[in-house]
Amino acid sequence: MAPSGDRILEVRDLVKHFPLTQGIVLKRQIGAIKAVDGVSFDLHRGETLGVVGESGCGKSTLAKLLMALERPTSGEVKINGVDMAKAHGGELKRMRRNIQMVMQDPYTSLNPRMTVGDIVGEPFEIHSEVAPKGDRRRKVQELLEVVGLNPEHINRYPHQFSGGQRQRIGIARGLALQPEIIICDEPVSALDVSIQAQVMNLLERLQNEFNLAYIFIAHDLSVVRHISDRVAVMYLGKIVELGKDDAIYERPSHPYTQALLSAVPVPDPEGRETRERIILQGDPPSPADPPSGCRFRTRCWKAQDVCAEHEPLLEVRTGGHLSACHFAEVHDVIGA
Amino acid sequence: MVTNPSIDTHPLSAEVGQEPLLAVDNLHVEFTTRQGVVRAVNGVSYTVHAGESLAVLGESGSGKSVTAQAIMGILDMPPARIPKGEIRFRGTDMLKLSDQARSQIRGQRIAMVFQDALSALNPVFTVGWQIGEMFRVHRGMSKRDAQKKAIELMERVRIPAARQRVNDYPHQFSGGMRQRIMIAMSIALDPEVLIADEPTTALDVTVQAQIMELLAELQRESNMGLILITHDLGVVADVADKIAVMYAGRIVEGAPVHDVYKNPAHPYSKGLLDSIPRVDQKGQELYAIKGLPPNLLDMPSGCAFHPRCPYRRDNCVTDVPPLYEISGTRGSACHYYREVLDGTLG
Repeated sequence: MAPSGDRILEVRDLVKHFPLTQGIVLKRQIGAIKAVDGVSFDLHRGETLGVVGESGCGKSTLAKLLMALERPTSGEVKINGVDMAKAHGGELKRMRRNIQMVMQDPYTSLNPRMTVGDIVGEPFEIHSEVAPKGDRRRKVQELLEVVGLNPEHINRYPHQFSGGQRQRIGIARGLALQPEIIICDEPVSALDVSIQAQVMNLLERLQNEFNLAYIFIAHDLSVVRHISDRVAVMYLGKIVELGKDDAIYERPSHPYTQALLSAVPVPDPEGRETRERIILQGDPPSPADPPSGCRFRTRCWKAQDVCAEHEPLLEVRTGGHLSACHFAEVHDVIGA
Repeated sequence: MVTNPSIDTHPLSAEVGQEPLLAVDNLHVEFTTRQGVVRAVNGVSYTVHAGESLAVLGESGSGKSVTAQAIMGILDMPPARIPKGEIRFRGTDMLKLSDQARSQIRGQRIAMVFQDALSALNPVFTVGWQIGEMFRVHRGMSKRDAQKKAIELMERVRIPAARQRVNDYPHQFSGGMRQRIMIAMSIALDPEVLIADEPTTALDVTVQAQIMELLAELQRESNMGLILITHDLGVVADVADKIAVMYAGRIVEGAPVHDVYKNPAHPYSKGLLDSIPRVDQKGQELYAIKGLPPNLLDMPSGCAFHPRCPYRRDNCVTDVPPLYEISGTRGSACHYYREVLDGTLG
């Protein structure tokens, strides 16, 4: 693991509750959606942290909190040692420059009425110190070239590009302000299979070139494994397991991680009859009313009384990495 | 031009001489658009037998869904047109049947599960009403009997507390449960062939596993033929008996599933398999098929895959490859399939 001096992002006990209210005139709070409920991790320079979990587990809220698009209910997000929630005005603006995002859907995240040049150059309007006005066109063309697009297409509109090319435009926009951290929220899931590999390769090349740190949110576990140095598994607003990629994939110790890994279809028909498959029953509980103790206990085959009473902490357990299960036990489900 | 041999890979069909339930034969589908004629399906042939799973694999625009819509007869005509081809159900060409005769087959004997359950269900009717509609319309049942049947079906697709939930609306269900309701509607009239168009694409992996298991169980119970349309190589490897890989409106490789994954016979299927991230390749660049899928309005000459093919030779640019028969159960639409199989090209 990278030395701690290289720590670029620190997240501590991050909580985001969305209030649920009743009544229109006399509004009162009747509860809260606990979207992110106590998440802590570090990110180092040049590292990729994969975040996996089912829809509703809080992955995207986490991304919004890191981008300071949402204010956390409590907890800290520190970039280079400065807490974002406490920063205001010019300081917050400078911090935001340092953390950028690539969106999931390249069809809806680009304004159809703006040219590619305007889209990629728009960040310069806000952070004009990065590129002085006269220099912007050249800068944008450089960026287009970096992501593998023809710089002469600067005056074209998004509809003139294919899905993979549009995602490259989104990536160019993310790179414009020379950030140190890029949050990739499902960057390849909307793309055709044959195009996904091209975009993955581009992201890896850019990481090496600019020493970027990625938070890579995705549901495709094989894609996450390929690109990530460490992986965090989320369930109902909490990280249930966190470790280096081979630890999570080969020595998972949390039952949820094991179920998740075993549910992924393996692209190899050999031995499909004998492959172990843990099929979870039911759907995840509502984040408005999570179960007491361990949140996974309602779907867990190992659950005992203690799981309902005491919440398991995310700590180093058998397997040598962080896991939040009282009965953590290494079990290789994919047979890698 | 050589006609495409039908891909008939059922292990039993050769021995028993069993007739396929559904046979698509040299099907062509065109759409007339303002920019010109789009040939979305260009001579596709495949068969499905009872109890068999055929996976149709392809990217967006490959024609995999249009083929399924043609089978179901739910294409808007115009702009769509079927200039050539046959779709035979138990030997009868459905394209030659009257609308009335066709509607006896469609929905009852061939049914379809759609990708997006939320938009496929009507938000203003209860799920019980929508499932029961199948029985009211096709079987002339009373409202009460249809409701009873709806509850039975919801139990069959394992929706918990079916009796209490039968009067709930679609938005009150989770994504996985909605897809179960869609499946309940499609199997209501005991179809012989079930077409599932990307049934799990919108779902999480753990829910996807539940739904795929449910489909496999229902298939075993009633010996249905299943056509699974997908772009997910993992799902195909899990459930399919045979695959048809589609590219630009044609089948480029058709074969038993084990053969394709072990040793693909077409550069496109090989490229797709090679671009899956594998554990031992971590940190290395992924193999990526170059370029973009073709524009259907402006198809490349010769083999439609030639602009992206690493093995391209001169005649690939000029000659359209037929689906060459490799063995009784296997075909590849590549002039150089032998070399692709042996790995002696490139």
